[in-house]
Amino acid sequence: MIPYGDAPLVSCRGLQFKWPGSEAMLSMDDFAVAPGERMFLCGPSGSGKSTLLGLLSGVLRATHGEVTVLGVPFSALSASQRDHFRAEHLGYVFQQFNLLPFLSPVENVLLGCAWSPARATRAGTTQQAQRAEAVRLLDSLGLVAQLVERSRTGNLSVGQQQRVAVARALIGGPQLLIADEPTSALDADNRDAFLRLLLAECTRHGTGVVFVSHDMNLARHFDRAVSLGDRPPSQMVA
Amino acid sequence: MNLISLALKSLRQRRTGVLLTVVTIALSVFLLLGVERVRVDARRGFSSTVSGTDLVVGARSGPVNLLLYAIFHVGEATNNITWKTYEDIRAMPEVSWTVPLSLGDSHRGFRVVGTTTDFFVHYHYGAKQALSFTRGAPFADLYDAVIGAEVARQLHYTVGDSIVLAHGLGGPATALHADKPFRIKGILAPTGTPVDATIAVSLEAIEAIHVDWRGGMRLPGLEASAESTRHMDLTPTAITACLVGLKSRLSSFAVQRAINEYPDEALLAVLPGVALGELWHLIGTAENALRAVSVMVVLVGMSGMLTALLAMLNERRREMAILRAVGASARTVFALLVIESTLLTTFGAVLGCLLLFGVVAIGHDYLLANAGLVLELAPSATEWWLLAAVIVLGAFAGAIPGAIAYRRSLNDGLQVRL
Repeated sequence: MIPYGDAPLVSCRGLQFKWPGSEAMLSMDDFAVAPGERMFLCGPSGSGKSTLLGLLSGVLRATHGEVTVLGVPFSALSASQRDHFRAEHLGYVFQQFNLLPFLSPVENVLLGCAWSPARATRAGTTQQAQRAEAVRLLDSLGLVAQLVERSRTGNLSVGQQQRVAVARALIGGPQLLIADEPTSALDADNRDAFLRLLLAECTRHGTGVVFVSHDMNLARHFDRAVSLGDRPPSQMVA
Repeated sequence: MNLISLALKSLRQRRTGVLLTVVTIALSVFLLLGVERVRVDARRGFSSTVSGTDLVVGARSGPVNLLLYAIFHVGEATNNITWKTYEDIRAMPEVSWTVPLSLGDSHRGFRVVGTTTDFFVHYHYGAKQALSFTRGAPFADLYDAVIGAEVARQLHYTVGDSIVLAHGLGGPATALHADKPFRIKGILAPTGTPVDATIAVSLEAIEAIHVDWRGGMRLPGLEASAESTRHMDLTPTAITACLVGLKSRLSSFAVQRAINEYPDEALLAVLPGVALGELWHLIGTAENALRAVSVMVVLVGMSGMLTALLAMLNERRREMAILRAVGASARTVFALLVIESTLLTTFGAVLGCLLLFGVVAIGHDYLLANAGLVLELAPSATEWWLLAAVIVLGAFAGAIPGAIAYRRSLNDGLQVRL
């Protein structure tokens, strides 16, 4: 069992990361996300947002310091253990082009639990049940079932693709959803509707959210906003 | 979803490029297996040029030389065998049958063989196949001739046509046996052996066209007409070589020794299989050259596939990042690319096999008639090994794009750097 509960969902201590062959360095002394918390992370481009997300998801390894997710310190895990951890506990949404064009929308959603038996079981015990859960998720994210079943992934609009991506990140109920500017390709109306659905679905699953965006207007939807910059991260209460 | 179906779906998405790659591999596999097939079957065809014959007997020279002039009609005999000797061999208790061969005349570049109708009964080739006629029948009259399939094809002869034989094996001033024309009585079916390029007449006919010749010249004033020759004694005085069939193969060596030690004349008896093997050895280097070329073609096909995979790799960085995000390890990304190249190679190999099967099935008769080549439809054991080697090579080739994607997915994190 993973010892979470009262422990913070994510905590970073004395974190430093340097890209190989680059002078730029990301450093964070103290960064924490509570279980189920919805955190807004903003900062100018080049401030290391994507790097931080890479560290939180266990794809990148900190040069110094420690990333602990659900009480598990990443430095204690091998690369493949971190990959496995990511599959089990994390959902990830990219800025855009989130989907594999050669898979149907439902298959794309099911990809979210393809590398995690635990999440697959939580989504459904049979393949049919998993499919049904994928369709349910898509439906509650506002994608009409017929559209999902019939259309090719490439024919979906950007907004629809982002919803499929959120469904993939949330299937099987991971503890943490990481979203890297998922609304930047959406227009204002779409953006707010999308965000509401995403957060509602996360609340339902009790999933904590780390949401990166440079659009400060979105901060009001979140429990807490953190700004990344040249200065040490300042904390704002939304 | 397993990796193979993921790879298949990804390949289907890129079907145009993938199809071209598969066709490239298919063509190179087709060539590799085709060369191997032709090589093996040509060799088998060659070594079964004479089958069912236990000994080939001629005047003493070398085994390869004897085989060349008696069977392949290349070069000339150094000496003849007298008719008496031939009769002695024939009378040996172990001997079941003999077929005399009398060489030295030609017709428009094709050799003429004087023999008996036993030739059509006892001369076997390939898997003990007897000669058969597409048209006509064995010679019956003194001036009847039977022609091979290649002769008929090249000279457009048919049964009933009249031909004139030339003295000697052709050359600038060839004397013709114009006074004694022959009538084509039968045309043999193609065999893929030198028989295809042969004109067979009776031993007596060879004797008849030479009754008024001495030492390569026609004797002036002694001309015998075609009709008057019929009433002469046409028992030959000598033949060039003979084929010998034994009652039991076990006596091959004993009879061979007996003939080689024949007191009255210097003879040589060879086991055709052994001599054919020696002869093939001489021309065997050509096969290695062919093989080397086809291996190179496969390597070119493989580099074609590599180029295609590497070119696609850049467009697929997004795909790899998504897989990493849902928990696939960098090793899985590597495996995916190796699986992909293995699938491509396998499809190409299967397509190449089918292509070869189709070409052999369609071209079988044409190749037999025009190239004297009998090709098998079923692949040989070596071909299976070659196929396996090609697929293994394909899998290894996939390790190159695999390693690049592996490194990238470790270095890039989850952001796609385009």
